[in-house]
Amino acid sequence: MTWDSTNVARLREKTRRRHRLGRVGLYLSAIGFSLFAVFPFSWAVISMFKRSNDLYSRDNNPFWFNEPPTLQHIQYLFRETNYLTFVRNTLIVGLVVTAVTLAFSLPTAYALARLRLKWGERMGIAIFLVYLIPPTLLFIPMTRVINFLGIQETLWSLILVYPTITIPISSWLLMGYFKSIPMDIEEQAMVDGYSRLGAITRVVMPLMFPGIVAVIVFAFTLSAHEFIYALSFNKASAVKTIATGVPTELIRGDVFFWQSLQSAVVLVAIPIALVFNAFLDRFIAGFTMGAVKG
Amino acid sequence: MTTQTAKKPRYLADSPRFLAGLFMSPTIIYIVALVGFPFALAIIYAFTDITTGDPSLEFVGLDTIKAVWNDTVFRRALGNTFWFAVISNLFVVILATGLAELLTRDFKGKWFVRFLVLLPWVAPVSLATLTWLWTLDSVFSPIDWLLRQVGLIDQNMYWLGRPSLAFISVVAVQVWRIAPLAAVIVMAGMMAIPKDVHDAVEVDGAGPWRRLFEINIPLLAPIIAVAVLFGVILSMADMSVIYVLTRGGPTHRTQVLSTWAYFKGIEGGALGQGAAVALFLFPVLVGLTAVILRLARRREVL
Repeated sequence: MTWDSTNVARLREKTRRRHRLGRVGLYLSAIGFSLFAVFPFSWAVISMFKRSNDLYSRDNNPFWFNEPPTLQHIQYLFRETNYLTFVRNTLIVGLVVTAVTLAFSLPTAYALARLRLKWGERMGIAIFLVYLIPPTLLFIPMTRVINFLGIQETLWSLILVYPTITIPISSWLLMGYFKSIPMDIEEQAMVDGYSRLGAITRVVMPLMFPGIVAVIVFAFTLSAHEFIYALSFNKASAVKTIATGVPTELIRGDVFFWQSLQSAVVLVAIPIALVFNAFLDRFIAGFTMGAVKG
Repeated sequence: MTTQTAKKPRYLADSPRFLAGLFMSPTIIYIVALVGFPFALAIIYAFTDITTGDPSLEFVGLDTIKAVWNDTVFRRALGNTFWFAVISNLFVVILATGLAELLTRDFKGKWFVRFLVLLPWVAPVSLATLTWLWTLDSVFSPIDWLLRQVGLIDQNMYWLGRPSLAFISVVAVQVWRIAPLAAVIVMAGMMAIPKDVHDAVEVDGAGPWRRLFEINIPLLAPIIAVAVLFGVILSMADMSVIYVLTRGGPTHRTQVLSTWAYFKGIEGGALGQGAAVALFLFPVLVGLTAVILRLARRREVL
């Protein structure tokens, strides 16, 4: 095929223009999506620092500080409310749940991925299905179980129940990681004289490090996200988590402490979002494909 | 667990069957005790008249389920649940495909854009929804202010105060929250399409639209379906958004099965009726899960 040079030039110009248009479209859609996603958060961040006179005036520009910004509402949040108690409770529950989750799901995932069990695949799918059973179906009988055990209005109720959410997804996720480590490495270690447990703890576990970190992040953030169980089990302020404490305690009757409320949201949501965000790809890979493709 | 058996220096833990039992049983016992048992209880409750005041299990046959079914609020909640899930996921699928398309391209500041667009999903749901509660405030909503500035309205919209508008609002917030999740699932699927396909299409001179409709969408259909099904399950089962925004009101216009189960069972104390309300979700969830498994199998993603 022969091309004369004007034709080539015209074609090149056309492609370039199309490319440039494409870039503009790309950035416009990036801005559009970002604005949509971030709009209520930006309003929350501005509100945090607004004085009440400024905020509660219908005709003031809400996106502008018509009076100088202030930190008094954030101070109020820390000094006058149970916010720090909620944060502490969330941390305690999150850490214990994470430890329990690892202790249960690491061995389970190993057995499913490695031991060539006859019913291994079915078991794996069964565990995945447990992940799809929503708390909505279980929370009513669960409150009875918790009352029966006498641990309502304590953090133990959440510590006992949250692993029902975290263990299935973590086992599923870790199974994919175990499958991605070549069996040979482990067999070689066993030939070299390690027992299987020795091979697991000294050779396989160090390679599992990224998977373990991912599980730590998910177990922790899922516990911090959980709402319906926390709302049903614990009504006392001292044992609420941020997910239930902030929406129920900072609104008294019809009085909303909006600036403090939004501070409470922003100060917790942003760090959790940052951490979760860093591991999101792994999370998604874990519950969509993980096992076979991993 | 390195107890030696008789002769050879082999370890008991080297036996796969022993090890499997040792490794699996804690999880199995835990799940049977705290998922299986409560689930069985939920079914039993639905056939009794148990309340928090009278927690004895007296079987009443179908009476509880009939009482729930004949309640007009329940009927509304049933319809609302369906429309809430269907309408929000219709929008989710469109937004998520676009968003995934965006996030698989290269451009400056992509990590920051990714952080921003994923924020609605990765922030704890009840807290993220609180930012909307304030954004949709009846008097101080900044959206109302903008609309007033451009002269579209004089007063306020009362986003959460007027029944139909409240329903639209909770749908919009749900879309806002779930779209990033669906986008990331679709994105994982997009990245699994071999690069050769894209290269071949590019060489053939197909523009972005043809690429989207003739390559991506057909190849991605199963994974998009998985994303939608996750979205539907989340919309039907998770009550956080509606609980925080409207508590099912006004006049039960945004009442869904999950919030109704909570108000009946936990706040109202009618455990049997609450459990029965929630159980109406079960057949639908089973059906959706079966579809997910089939689709995933076909694509070998599970």
